Amino acid sequence: MAKTLYDKIWDDHLVHEADDGTCLLYIDRHLIHEVTSPQAFEGLRMAGRKVRAPGKTLAVVDHNVPTTDRSKGIDDPESKLQVDTLARNAAEFGVDYFDENDERQGIVHIIGPEQGFTLPGTTIVCGDSHTSTHGAFGALAHGIGTSEVEHVLATQTLIQKKAKNMRVTVNGELPDGVGAKDIILAIIGEIGTAGGTGHVIEFAGDAIRALSVEGRMTVCNMTIEGGARAGLIAPDEKTFAYLKDTPRAPKGADWDAAVAYWETLYSDDDATFDVEITLDAANLPPTVTWGTSPEDVIPISGSVPDPAGVEDAGRKQALERSLKYMGLAPGTKITDVPIDRVFIGSCTNGRIEDLRQVAEIAKGRQVAETVNAMVVPGSGLVKAQAEAEGIDKVLTEAGFDWREPGCSMCLAMNADKLEPEERCASTSNRNFEGRQGRGGRTHLVSPSMAAAAAIAGRFIDVRELD
Amino acid sequence: MDKFDKLTGVGAPLPMINIDTDMIIPKQFLKTIERTGLGKHLFDEMRFNQDGSEKEDFVLNKPAYRNAEILVAGENFGCGSSREHAPWALKDFGIRCVIATSFADIFYNNCFKNGILPIALPQEDVDKLMDDAERGANATITVDLEKQEISGPDGGTIKFDLDPFKRHCLLEGLDDIGLSLEKKDNIDTFEAKQADTKPWL
Repeated sequence: MAKTLYDKIWDDHLVHEADDGTCLLYIDRHLIHEVTSPQAFEGLRMAGRKVRAPGKTLAVVDHNVPTTDRSKGIDDPESKLQVDTLARNAAEFGVDYFDENDERQGIVHIIGPEQGFTLPGTTIVCGDSHTSTHGAFGALAHGIGTSEVEHVLATQTLIQKKAKNMRVTVNGELPDGVGAKDIILAIIGEIGTAGGTGHVIEFAGDAIRALSVEGRMTVCNMTIEGGARAGLIAPDEKTFAYLKDTPRAPKGADWDAAVAYWETLYSDDDATFDVEITLDAANLPPTVTWGTSPEDVIPISGSVPDPAGVEDAGRKQALERSLKYMGLAPGTKITDVPIDRVFIGSCTNGRIEDLRQVAEIAKGRQVAETVNAMVVPGSGLVKAQAEAEGIDKVLTEAGFDWREPGCSMCLAMNADKLEPEERCASTSNRNFEGRQGRGGRTHLVSPSMAAAAAIAGRFIDVRELD
Repeated sequence: MDKFDKLTGVGAPLPMINIDTDMIIPKQFLKTIERTGLGKHLFDEMRFNQDGSEKEDFVLNKPAYRNAEILVAGENFGCGSSREHAPWALKDFGIRCVIATSFADIFYNNCFKNGILPIALPQEDVDKLMDDAERGANATITVDLEKQEISGPDGGTIKFDLDPFKRHCLLEGLDDIGLSLEKKDNIDTFEAKQADTKPWL
């Protein structure tokens, strides 16, 4: 029978299926960070259980590390306790751990691929919803809660029911100045934040194929913002080239055997999907979110919507609440909206390619005097690569603040946060109320659009920058 | 895990769509290494002013709803972050059941690990329960998991669907790690086969 890519990976990891369809699925790779793991390790300790497969588990600290110099330790006592707890748990249970001063440290979803820990055809979980990022490699990857983290630590499996198959095909060629972030924002705008609930989304089509592996990670990263726990892109030569010679990728004969298997990882021509969506890349604009849900997208040429014409009472109320929170009047052109802050980084857009795009826009230009712009590389290795290419110099000369790697102002658990009513152009993934700091106003954009906004002091079509 | 069989309590109306887990428990409270103690921060930014005083108009601050055990809300409840701190905070506050037209997948799953019952119902049923909830402390709602039935204050009942395995675990308060460890032989066999067919893993 014809299978989708999701069907193939699922079938390859089925340990047990009960009569009612409840399945036990094997987990090949488990990523751990400091925020969602302490209670799981404590649970193991209380029950006298061990980590079943420490070698398939990798821990890193990312969510609440400061992005300033941390060689002398972490000041915030609660953050320090959480970081120290992860260090202690990793040592006690025999799990590999990258601490805050390790060059390999970084955002969990950036270091997995960098290390070759993320591989095609594997099942990957982490106590973090943006685990969907790893789907860019053709891995079935999704976020789990802390109880499930404990379950995976103890059993290397998860209790699951199979999700439905959804495919989003993006045909054609992207216009200049439009990238992976604009694709995924457009998709979320199209399907809504609950559009993918209960499904695994496979992304396909020429425009997805044409993306770099980094761009594909951006797309899969925000699958969760479309309601689907996991996104998938069939692996190809670009995927294999990215992984080749990474520290944990297979070597020698194992590599050849792995590639032979990876080449079978695609949806069969006659496979059926429960839901199919098609978009034309040529029609996609640079995109900005105006509200407090990732589905609140408008093109850079657009205006903030007016709730007056909305019939559905729930939507209308949500729209009004968003406008009030965001401090925007209906009908305002988004290019007329000035910004105070710019955040470039996160597991969505904190990779080397993202920083190159920012540097390209920033070179020879200056951040507006009214704007505070920070760049947070996604990992120590991204930072080192950027510095080797001189990107840090370009950015600091343009007035950007160049910082240490971590999650930073994507969720503002560390000291990097917005003040009430500060408005931020952000390359991160969520514009929820309070996400980047209580009362802070987040607009999601691509790295090049964030850079353009930093220079113009307002939202501007990156293609119109002087 | 705590069992859930039958609950009679006050339902608090929260007629908003897309209530995300950042709203349920903001990130500054995720620095804990405990599962308990988060109830006082539930819905922090909606419930409290910046100086820590209560916002009078927020439903859980109204006298009728301070001891609510059921939440009635709009579609896509629990979207966003996978933080299990969201159900921990609900439970610590005393909420044992959330009724909405739809839930985000990760949050939905996390509820069952903590003895919280999330119930998805058609819009008209949620509208009816929302009306019931608006009537305050005099209008309690009864949720019977065994019968898969909700009874409103005026005697009407609403049936709800639930995955049989999830229902069973909740009724019995089962530890699903223990259940999965009973399949140790299956896991061993799977690992041995995978080591053979995919030695690079």
